[in-house]
Amino acid sequence: MSATHTIVNLPDQRTATLPKRTYLNNEDGLLSWLLTGDHKRIAMLYLVSITFFFFIGGAFAGLIRLELLTPQPDLVAADTYNKFFSMHGIIMVFLFLVPSVPATLGNFLIPIMIGTKDLAFPKINLLSWYLYWLGGLVVLGAMVLGGVDTGWTFTTPLSTHYLNTHVVTAAMGVFILGFSSIFTGLNFIVTIHRMRAPGMTWFRMPLFVWSHYAASILMVLGTPVLAITLVLVALERLFGIGVFDPTKGGDPLLFQHLFWFYSHPAVYIMILPGMGVISEVISTFSRKRVFGYTAVAFSSVAIALFGFFVWAHHMFIMGVSNYSALVFSLLTMLVAVPSAIKIFNWSFTLQKGSITFETPMLYAFGFLGLFTIGGMTGVFLGALGMDIHLTETYFIVAHFHFVMVGGMLMAFLAGIHFWWPKMTGRMYSESLSKLAAVTTFIGFNLTFLPQFILGYLGMPRRYHAYPQEFQVLNVLSTAGATVLGVGYMLPLIYLAWSLKYGAIAGNNPWQATGLEWQIQSPPLTENFIETPIVDHEAYDYEWLEHKTAHEVTTVG
Amino acid sequence: MDNAIVATHPHTHETAVPAEHEHVALPQHRHHFETQEQQREAGTFGMWLFLLTEIMFFGGLFFAYLLYRNWYNPAFVAASNQLSIPLGTANTAILISSGFFMALGVWAAEVKKKNLLVLFLVLTTVFGLAFLGVKYFEYKEKWELHHIPGASFDVSQFINPHAYGLKEEPLAPDMAQKTQVFFFLYFAMTGMHALHMIIGIGLLFWLTWRANRGEFSAGYVAPIENFGLYWHFVDIVWIFLFPLLYLINRHPV
Repeated sequence: MSATHTIVNLPDQRTATLPKRTYLNNEDGLLSWLLTGDHKRIAMLYLVSITFFFFIGGAFAGLIRLELLTPQPDLVAADTYNKFFSMHGIIMVFLFLVPSVPATLGNFLIPIMIGTKDLAFPKINLLSWYLYWLGGLVVLGAMVLGGVDTGWTFTTPLSTHYLNTHVVTAAMGVFILGFSSIFTGLNFIVTIHRMRAPGMTWFRMPLFVWSHYAASILMVLGTPVLAITLVLVALERLFGIGVFDPTKGGDPLLFQHLFWFYSHPAVYIMILPGMGVISEVISTFSRKRVFGYTAVAFSSVAIALFGFFVWAHHMFIMGVSNYSALVFSLLTMLVAVPSAIKIFNWSFTLQKGSITFETPMLYAFGFLGLFTIGGMTGVFLGALGMDIHLTETYFIVAHFHFVMVGGMLMAFLAGIHFWWPKMTGRMYSESLSKLAAVTTFIGFNLTFLPQFILGYLGMPRRYHAYPQEFQVLNVLSTAGATVLGVGYMLPLIYLAWSLKYGAIAGNNPWQATGLEWQIQSPPLTENFIETPIVDHEAYDYEWLEHKTAHEVTTVG
Repeated sequence: MDNAIVATHPHTHETAVPAEHEHVALPQHRHHFETQEQQREAGTFGMWLFLLTEIMFFGGLFFAYLLYRNWYNPAFVAASNQLSIPLGTANTAILISSGFFMALGVWAAEVKKKNLLVLFLVLTTVFGLAFLGVKYFEYKEKWELHHIPGASFDVSQFINPHAYGLKEEPLAPDMAQKTQVFFFLYFAMTGMHALHMIIGIGLLFWLTWRANRGEFSAGYVAPIENFGLYWHFVDIVWIFLFPLLYLINRHPV
């Protein structure tokens, strides 16, 4: 294969070995993992944990699609179906999407990218992982006890008045998970502010760090509001007090305001870190500095900022006043601006770049297309008149799956494939991983494109039965989900395989510029032998070339 | 090179820092920080961020208060008048005293006076406990009057205040029911505040024990300073709660 088709640059496999001392073998035994303060080990703990919960959430998705294969309710009863989609939502949102990129890749990479030895508070970092598991187990407990059927939104007065499922248990689990997320965000902000290496100015930071900074602001400011809201729901249920229940003088709209004040910014918590991954990947595989670096950096902060002023667009049909609906509709359009800045800048980065199509780049291309569709349909929904027609239909379901699955999950997989050689020191099978990327893309579109049409035709979400005429599209969707499932299983297999049999990756298989690629793979526990002094911009490929050439002469 | 280096290493450009290279290596210095100064700054910054999350946490309750106070103003006025201003005022004074001793404690730690530090921490704890004691009697009175929201909540005092010797205007029955919303918010807000105090007092015991062992007498004062920030934050929450719950709408009758 000629050099124009790939930039992968592996060491000579006959002589290459993994480094003798790495963060993985620095200490041995289970306890050395369970009590570790090393951000890289905690990232790996998180990676295993969120993968576990991802497949539980995915199993529920599979069951939902299976039930929707036929118009009749034949697999499960109505209330069981409600419990399925509630568990799917709660697990995927709070146990997978929110921690997905930040807690794994962010944890692993942020300290290395800014040139420091660890996050500012390693013990709090570990605590956040334990809180994650505690919250996760409480949520699973609610599931085992009999489930919860409010949907992931815990909508009142449904959740406080009409239901006898395990709302309090599930809410408590989410409450605990919130603190896990707060501690991660707090750690990142302090680390980025206070721990940068000499010369690592704000505008020399990789965009991955910027996007995590923006997401961390949302975690720190938004999550406590969700916490107090869930406390109020639990108190209302336990003591029968009317905070949100209109029959007792409460206001269900208050719940909506408080809930979406967190949960709208939360969707940016779920997407911003993924955008950071895409910036790194696109730059590396186009061999170009990200076009409009400053604009992309600030657009992350702008998304975080605007994200706090659009929450009521989830409530257009819930009886908010016409004027506030109008204002929130206009504000919602604003979010499209920084998102579009990112998409256009990535496209310009590609323009005239030396593009190669390694697996992470395939996932990144998937992200670009799917996220754009997801974002554009978000503008449809932000438009007041359209929203009245489309809300609570499958159009909504398709929209947020395009953003969350087509966007964030694609970005997560792009990131995992991109940094896997750094995390483990080994390469995976290139052909299998490309197959997985393509399978995922096809499966995804087959699953969710029909749902746009279903929603536009008026099929409501959250029902286990539907009229006969919707069956064809639903069958397509279920078939797509099967393909998608295969696409997600594949990486599990070849990544596990690579741990033992993968080719030795060397320090910098992609010839990328980030600080993380200039150290050994897998890294040392302390990351750097001596604190790096940064004297170049991010994505400076000339600097890298110069440095590499210099290294060769030194060795020679 | 540029200003960011100054931010990471505050002393780079200062000439009058003779002690910089002495390296008084404190045992509490963590390996991943370049300097002790950086460690201290990171800790304080982290604490401020945590307090920001606390503001957002209490913010939800304040928002609910704002809404329902506007909706059910007569009920909120009548119910608010049931709270004891003398006890609330006393508690405010007690809590400010506690905060004052905490501030003195931070000072004592910074000038490395071990015995004074222990003394001030103990005084902070004592006043904190006194606050909770007063709160206990306030809650107990509400219990006796059936003003705890829930199944046993009794509105007769608000429907027919004159029978109870109160000079309030009687409320219509459905508005009187809304006093329950006030009392719910009263218990949720002061209860959440008291919970923060209980956690704080637990931490105070721990810090006093460590101070007594001399851990904060050699220049490592970050835990005392950061706890001080937390304790003052808890004070400030009360400074908002007291007028909102007790004083607002008081008028001579």
